[in-house]
Amino acid sequence: MKSDQIKPNKPKIAFFDFTSCEGCQLNKLNLENELPDILRHVELVEFREAMDDKADYYDIAFIEGSLSTPSCINRIHDIRRRSNILVALGACATIGGINSMKNLQPIETVRETVYGEEKYRFPTLPAIPVSAVVKVDYEIRGCPMSIPEFLRVLKALLMGKAPNLPDSAVCVECKLRENECLYDRGIVCLGPVTVGGCEAICPSFGQFCTGCRGLVPNPNKDAMLDILTQHGLSLEDAQKRFLLFNSYNIESKSIT
Amino acid sequence: MSRTLDLNIKHLTRVEGHGNIVVNIKDGRLERCELEIVEAPRFFEAMLKGRSFHETAIITSRICGICSLGHQIASLKATEEALGLEVSEQTVLLRKLLIDGATLQSNILHIYFLAAPDFFGTTDAFKLIPTNKDVVLRALRMKRLANDIGDIVSGRAVHPITPVPGGFTKLPDESELRAIRRRLVEEGLPDVEATVDTIASVLNSVPGFTRETEYISLSHPDEYALYDGDIFSSDTGAADVNNYREMTNEFVVPHSTSKHCKHARESYMVGALARWNNNHARLSESALRVAQRLNLEPRCYNPYMNTVAQVVECYHCIEDSIAIIDSLLERGIRNEKPNQTPTRFGRGIGATEVPRGILYHEYEYDRRGNIVSANCIIPTGQNLANIDHDMKKLVPEIIDQPKEIIAKQLEMLVRAYDPCISCSVHILNVEFIGG
Ligand code: SF4
Ligand code: SF4
Ligand code: SF4
Ligand SMILES: [Fe+2]
Repeated sequence: MKSDQIKPNKPKIAFFDFTSCEGCQLNKLNLENELPDILRHVELVEFREAMDDKADYYDIAFIEGSLSTPSCINRIHDIRRRSNILVALGACATIGGINSMKNLQPIETVRETVYGEEKYRFPTLPAIPVSAVVKVDYEIRGCPMSIPEFLRVLKALLMGKAPNLPDSAVCVECKLRENECLYDRGIVCLGPVTVGGCEAICPSFGQFCTGCRGLVPNPNKDAMLDILTQHGLSLEDAQKRFLLFNSYNIESKSIT
Repeated sequence: MSRTLDLNIKHLTRVEGHGNIVVNIKDGRLERCELEIVEAPRFFEAMLKGRSFHETAIITSRICGICSLGHQIASLKATEEALGLEVSEQTVLLRKLLIDGATLQSNILHIYFLAAPDFFGTTDAFKLIPTNKDVVLRALRMKRLANDIGDIVSGRAVHPITPVPGGFTKLPDESELRAIRRRLVEEGLPDVEATVDTIASVLNSVPGFTRETEYISLSHPDEYALYDGDIFSSDTGAADVNNYREMTNEFVVPHSTSKHCKHARESYMVGALARWNNNHARLSESALRVAQRLNLEPRCYNPYMNTVAQVVECYHCIEDSIAIIDSLLERGIRNEKPNQTPTRFGRGIGATEVPRGILYHEYEYDRRGNIVSANCIIPTGQNLANIDHDMKKLVPEIIDQPKEIIAKQLEMLVRAYDPCISCSVHILNVEFIGG
């Protein structure tokens, strides 16, 4: 990406936010060093947080946030119809993320807790990932989504290639970085069952993995159970922690 | 003049989150004039219930990515008070450094990317690249510097990793602190000076509207209060943080998924302008000179000047970061572990200034250290009533103008508050049954 020439037909890129904290969007504005370069290669046609423009067609649409209202469902269909490639960004969009924790309680209770008498004023649904409603071509995981991964995926797509996305556990990356394992300090870490690609950033900063990138394809349940019992921790401890970001994932109810 | 005008600006751009501006004027009479908040609510109360104190700040951080550090700090302070966890001086210094970094990054984002396009007469900052490339590159450089403070001290600027109840899971290296200090001096100070020049050159684009209101912020006798202090109202003076409910008085309005607030009058303002009005005397000589260059009066009643007050705060944050790093280096970074042994289980309130104003978190914990009840009051929610009242005064003053000018001035007004609509609806503070 070094040419200074402006290409006549630059790919049209758009960003959309649904039920989210907007942290993933903000993370893109945090690509300060790369932004000017990226903008030479794409045409940014929609990004409500930073610009006024709107468009009808997108080569690549990036979606942040989970779907949690009837209007979200309509909007995502509309965006899918107008997009060539659709990429889900961050835990909210890929696995339901923190929003999906509300799904654990009956929806009536959730409404009443927040709105009391007015519980039917604002329609709400269980929070679901984008792929539960429309086809998603690629997923960039994490809460927030990882910036290096976003750049890698964007570059691959701009070159017309399928991006490479990891599927091994956080522990693999953590061990490569030679971190002290948090289980040795009696702390429940979800690294053994969570998809890596974040370079085990949390354990590398001394904090447990919260499972924000979702469950690995074939979690080794016995190994997880072994680690837990070895350290005097219970299944419930791990399962409760796993629900932080993975309540949507039904499998999460039986990670071990 | 008997004008009839209907304005409906849907999904206002260049703000964080979703809101509409609605104005109806019939035969010269203002029938409706309000900021509708239409963002989907996210039910954080339901999520927090029963979670461990180790997870509270991880969850509340996700109320808003833009304000994530502020939510973490308020959350940690509330948890520490509820559980009787003392923190060290080093922890407080590092938290203050993080707040300076987060305030700098958020103010820069607002000044350059959200507000400046209006001053330069364009629709987004990226369009300024061909004509004002150095300005855009400077904005990006300043944001990077601010985010690097977050990355070094907290592991990640969006949803920080290392701040936990009782301290930090990992401490920054002295060499990293030295490197960032050098950049604050070599890039930060000249860039903020240039920012002052840039904004000074477009001050004539700032509308001359004024409406005096009540200004509420934290206030501290020894410093420009961002991390800690008493609640201070320009109408009624200082109040203890424990009285935050009397200072906010939330109420439901039909046009907003976020609640409104009021105190001594029909509305009040929080954020950079409120902090400036209440606390400018605690700023350094050089920060005050910056304010003078930007025509920011010691008591300023023009809400559009909130953006200008943010520029002054950028200067303060850079100066203050350098001073904090100096005292950290002088003391030497001590390898402290977070203090996570509760001495009691009860209620705690945490108040802190985040870029958009004063933020309150309150929790109650049970004897296992799990959340029983939670309440958060967010700055943008506190500003919503004030925005409505500003619009109601502004519209009659500019009613003879073409529709586009009225629309533009209203959009600029809402943007000047730097509203974080994401934040304001992401938690609606109703207590749990039994809370
Ligand atoms: S994934 Fe995390 S950072 Fe991204 S929008 Fe959702 S809550 Fe925010
Ligand atoms: S700290 Fe967590 S991620 Fe790292 S090795 Fe231990 S369990 Fe795995
Ligand atoms: S370590 Fe775990 S919680 Fe942290 S970013 Fe990686 S997957 Fe997410
Ligand atoms: Fe926010």
